[in-house]
Amino acid sequence: MKHIKILGTGCAKCKKTEEIVRNVLANDHIDATVEKVEDIQAIMAYNVLMTPVLVIDEQVTIKGRVPSPEEVRTLLLA
Amino acid sequence: MFDWLDHLIAWLVYDTIGLDATTHWGQALHFFFYDTVKILLLLFLVTFIMGIVNAYFPIDRIRNFLSRNKLYGGEYLLASTFGAITPFCSCSSVPLFIGFVKGGIPMGVTLAFLITSPLVNEVAIAMFIGMFGVKTTVIYAVTGILLGTIGGAVMGRMRLERYLTPWVQGVVQQAKMEGAYEEEKLTFVQRLPGVAREAWGIVRSVILYVLIGIGIGALMHGFVPTGFFEEHISADNPLAVPLAVILGVPMYANAAGVLPVIQVLVQKGVPLGTAIAFMMAVVGLSLPEATLLKKVMTMKLIAIFFGTVSFFIILSGYLFNVIL
Repeated sequence: MKHIKILGTGCAKCKKTEEIVRNVLANDHIDATVEKVEDIQAIMAYNVLMTPVLVIDEQVTIKGRVPSPEEVRTLLLA
Repeated sequence: MFDWLDHLIAWLVYDTIGLDATTHWGQALHFFFYDTVKILLLLFLVTFIMGIVNAYFPIDRIRNFLSRNKLYGGEYLLASTFGAITPFCSCSSVPLFIGFVKGGIPMGVTLAFLITSPLVNEVAIAMFIGMFGVKTTVIYAVTGILLGTIGGAVMGRMRLERYLTPWVQGVVQQAKMEGAYEEEKLTFVQRLPGVAREAWGIVRSVILYVLIGIGIGALMHGFVPTGFFEEHISADNPLAVPLAVILGVPMYANAAGVLPVIQVLVQKGVPLGTAIAFMMAVVGLSLPEATLLKKVMTMKLIAIFFGTVSFFIILSGYLFNVIL
């Protein structure tokens, strides 16, 4: 099972990212946990500069933009 | 550049819908359609071009470059320029700030980046070209970049690190140079679909603001008599610029929403410099921004930051009024 973290201080783009990730999980019946990280100190531990960030199993995958559902799917099935 | 569009919209509004070109509603509707289509076209084009530039200057690379190179003062100009080409999102300003100081980039250089980023960006540039033409846009962009450079350099000399919140001071003390940055190896053609999708994403995210801004602008265009503002805010009134800036600082709107209104203010007699100073204050500084920065800065530092930037915006306003 994969552990997904979405890093973001609560802006619109971060919420959009969460929504896309949850939709992909539901549609493709992928088993994963989704955690929203909003604490700035916790976010900075990943050494990123722009939010939203998609972290899968502690690996930073997409940063600074909202991913498309296809991208998320590809990353999760990899 | 957009004559064809002007004719097309005139045909649509006056001939097809049948509104009279001399009525308030006719003028307002023509303005609304013409500006909306023109701005959306420009927005997509400019964000697309900036997206290509950006693909070659990703933010991590910029950070690492600034972290490793000391350029005898040139780093302020460089940081400010990078701030202009990087797409701006107010929610990223805190992670950016910490990421920069964590990489050992001096506070002043970081602030230079942070000042310019909301002032000059792809949305502002596209809107500016559409509303005021290329020449004014270039002057605006150059002024914005210089404002960030000088503002950052001035604040760099004030030794402001002691006014950061304690945990950020800890970050500064442990700052270290960033290593080489691993980037995705993609050819120019491989990058294009992603860039186009990003550009469309940016356009889509501001469409609503553009429509609201142009809507307000269109109503003012149709209904507020020309010269209305001249009586109240003229270039001769030396206090007009500082007043416009003080009024604009607490307000928050992005460039997409505020520029259509600015354009109409200028048409109705507000001097361009005063209007631009107002716009810079609205997009560059705001109460929400101050709230975000409270996570990393003490109130004293926020006050110094806002004060310094406001001061330079006021100066630019006077400068614009003289040269434009």
